[in-house]
Amino acid sequence: MKVEVVALATLRQFMPDVPLGGARSMEVAPGTTMLELRDMVGLPPDEVRVIIRNHRQAELDDVVQDGDRVAFIPAVAGG
Amino acid sequence: MARQILRINMSDQTFKYEPVPAKWARWGGRAMTSAIVADEVDATCHPLGPNNKLVIAPGWATGSPASPSSGRTSFGAKSPLTGGIKEANAGGLSGAKIAKLGLAAIIIEGAPQDKKWRLLVVTKDGVEFQDAAHLAGKGMYEVDTVLWEKYPDTAVVGIGPAGEHLMSNAGISVNDTENAPGRYAGRGGLGAVMGVRCIKAIVIDDKGAPGVEIANKELFETGRKKLTQSIMEHALTKRGGGLPSYGTAILVNLLNEAGGFPTRNFSSGHFEGAAKISGERIAEVVKERCGDKGPGTMGHNCHPGCIIKCSNVYPDESGKAFVSCIEYETAWSLGANCGIDDIDYVAKMTRECNDIGLDTIEAGNTIAVAMDGGLLPFGDKEGALKLFDDIRKATPLGRILGQGVETTARAFGVHRVPTVKGQSMPAYEPRAVKGIGVTYATTPMGADHTAGYTIAPEIAGVGGKADPLSDEGKGDLSLTFQAATAFIDSTGYCLFIAFPILDIQDGWNGMAESVAGITGQNITGADVIPIGKEILKIERLFNERAGFTAEDDRPPEFMRNEALPPHNVKWSITDEELDKVFAWVHEG
Repeated sequence: MKVEVVALATLRQFMPDVPLGGARSMEVAPGTTMLELRDMVGLPPDEVRVIIRNHRQAELDDVVQDGDRVAFIPAVAGG
Repeated sequence: MARQILRINMSDQTFKYEPVPAKWARWGGRAMTSAIVADEVDATCHPLGPNNKLVIAPGWATGSPASPSSGRTSFGAKSPLTGGIKEANAGGLSGAKIAKLGLAAIIIEGAPQDKKWRLLVVTKDGVEFQDAAHLAGKGMYEVDTVLWEKYPDTAVVGIGPAGEHLMSNAGISVNDTENAPGRYAGRGGLGAVMGVRCIKAIVIDDKGAPGVEIANKELFETGRKKLTQSIMEHALTKRGGGLPSYGTAILVNLLNEAGGFPTRNFSSGHFEGAAKISGERIAEVVKERCGDKGPGTMGHNCHPGCIIKCSNVYPDESGKAFVSCIEYETAWSLGANCGIDDIDYVAKMTRECNDIGLDTIEAGNTIAVAMDGGLLPFGDKEGALKLFDDIRKATPLGRILGQGVETTARAFGVHRVPTVKGQSMPAYEPRAVKGIGVTYATTPMGADHTAGYTIAPEIAGVGGKADPLSDEGKGDLSLTFQAATAFIDSTGYCLFIAFPILDIQDGWNGMAESVAGITGQNITGADVIPIGKEILKIERLFNERAGFTAEDDRPPEFMRNEALPPHNVKWSITDEELDKVFAWVHEG
C-alpha cells in the first residue's frame, strides 16, 4: 500500500530529497505501524514529538492505512 | 532604593514620583498594569476620553542581572478595541531600562489642551516634555532613527500614524536591539490611548540609573540558573532548536497538517500555500539571500539577554535587512488568512504594520474580512499592500480599516466575524482546536492565544497531551493556562519560557524562585497558579464593571453554524461549560 510521508522543521534534514511543501511517496506492507514507518524513514526516535495522520493526531502503535498522509513533527510551539 | 511610581500628567506636563502603595507592592508587569487600571480607571469611561490612563510596567525580573529572556514591558489601559481591560506586552529595549530607573510603573494621564504632539524623555532625573512637531505623521522607522541620532542607545516607545489617528488597531512600538520598530504591544488599540494624550514617543534613558534591587541574591541565583538550564535543555528552545532555527512560523506547517490553520477569513483550516509562508521557507530565504553572514538572520533576539532568540531579520531580494520580524501570527494573518502565499508580500505588509503602528493580527484579519465583503479578491497581494496607504493617510477607507475587524465587517456587510469582545482571533481555529477556543471566549483580553496557550498540549505535545478536537476538559485546561500566563506576564519573562518549564519541573520552580529572590516575596512553584488567578480576578471584575456579561464570553455565531474543512467540525462546547471557567471569581 502507498502512503505519503512528510517531516517538518528540524526533522526535514533527515529527508533531504523532499522539497518544502512536498512529500515522499512510499510503498509499505499492510500492518506497518507509525513507529516502523518512522524508523523506515530514518528519523531519530527522540526527536519525533507529534505524529499527524490525515489532519488527526496519531500514536506510535497505530497501524498505517493505504492512502494515509503522515507528518512527523519535532518539538514545535511559539506565537 | 525602593521602587517608585512615576506619574505623568499630560494636561499640565508635570510629573511626580510616588512610593509604591502597599496595595500594589506585590505586583509587576501585567499584574501591576491591571491592578493600577482597575484601581484608577473608571471601568465605564470612554477609552479615548480623559478618564482612561496608560500604564507601563516592567516585570518583576526585568532588568535583573542575567535573568534569561526577561525583557518584557507591559502596557495597560481600558482598550479602545474591546472596551475592557487590556494588557499587551512587548520585547525590545524599554523594559530593562524602566526597571533600572527604579520604576515599578509609569502612569500617564490627562492630555494637553493645545493638542500639540510631545516627546517625553525619561531619565534618572525626571521627565522632559519636548515639542514633537518634527515627528508628527512619521512612521516608526524614521522616528526611531531620528531619536537615536540625539539619544543613542535609548529605548524608544512610540506610535505611528495609526496611533496619531486614534485608530482602535493602533499598537505601541518598542525599538529592538538594532533600533528598528517591530516589538509591539500590539493588541487592543493601546497606541490610540497614547495618541489621545498627544505623546508621539517616549525616550527612556537609563544612564546612571540605580539598577534593580535583589532582595535575596542566593535564592535569585538558584532560581535563575534552574530556569536558564531548562531553556537551554529543551528541544524547542535550546541552541539549534526549533524556535531559534525557524522562529515562531515553525508552526505554520504543523497547524496546517492539523487542519487548524485559519484560511481565507476562517472559512477553512487548511491552506494549500502554507509551505510557502512557513518558518522553513523564511529560513530558506534568509540562507539564499544572506548565507550565514547576515544581516538577514534567524535566531535573532528581540531584547538584550534573550537566550531563546525566536525572532528573525527578513532580508529583501538584495540581501539587505528589510523587516523584523515575521512571526507565525504575521505569516498567517497577512498570508493564509488573506489567501496570500507570497512571503515577500507578507514581509512588505509586516513592514507597513511596523511603520504605521498596527497590530499585525488585527490588520490581517481586517483585510481578510474586507476581502470576504468583496473589497478585493482573496489572494490579491498587490491590492492588500495598497490598503496600508489608505490606513497611513487615514482616508475614509483607511479609517474604517484602522478600526479593525468589527468596524470593517459592518462596513462591508460581512457576517463571518472572527472576534470575541471586539478583538479578532489569532492563528488557531477554535473549531479544530477546542481548548484555544475556550481561551479566546473567556479571557478578559478578547480573543488572544497568548492569554492561555492550550496549543502546547493540544497540538505541540508540550506540557502534556490533549486531543484538539475533543471538548473534554477544555475549560479546566484553559483556566490553568490562563492563570499560569497571568503570572508569567507579570514576571517580565517572555511567555515562551513556558514551553521548557511546562516539561521541566525544575525550570518551573526556578522561575518562581527567581521572582521570590528579586522581590523578597515568599513565592514557590506551587503559588504560580493561585497568584495567576488573583490577577485574572482583578481583570474579570474590571470587565464586569465595564458592562461585560456571560454573553461576551462566547465565540462568534458562525462557528456554531458553519462546518470547518477539513475536519468539517463546528464549535460544540456549550455556553454552560464556558460559564464554568470563571465561576470561581464569585465563589469566595
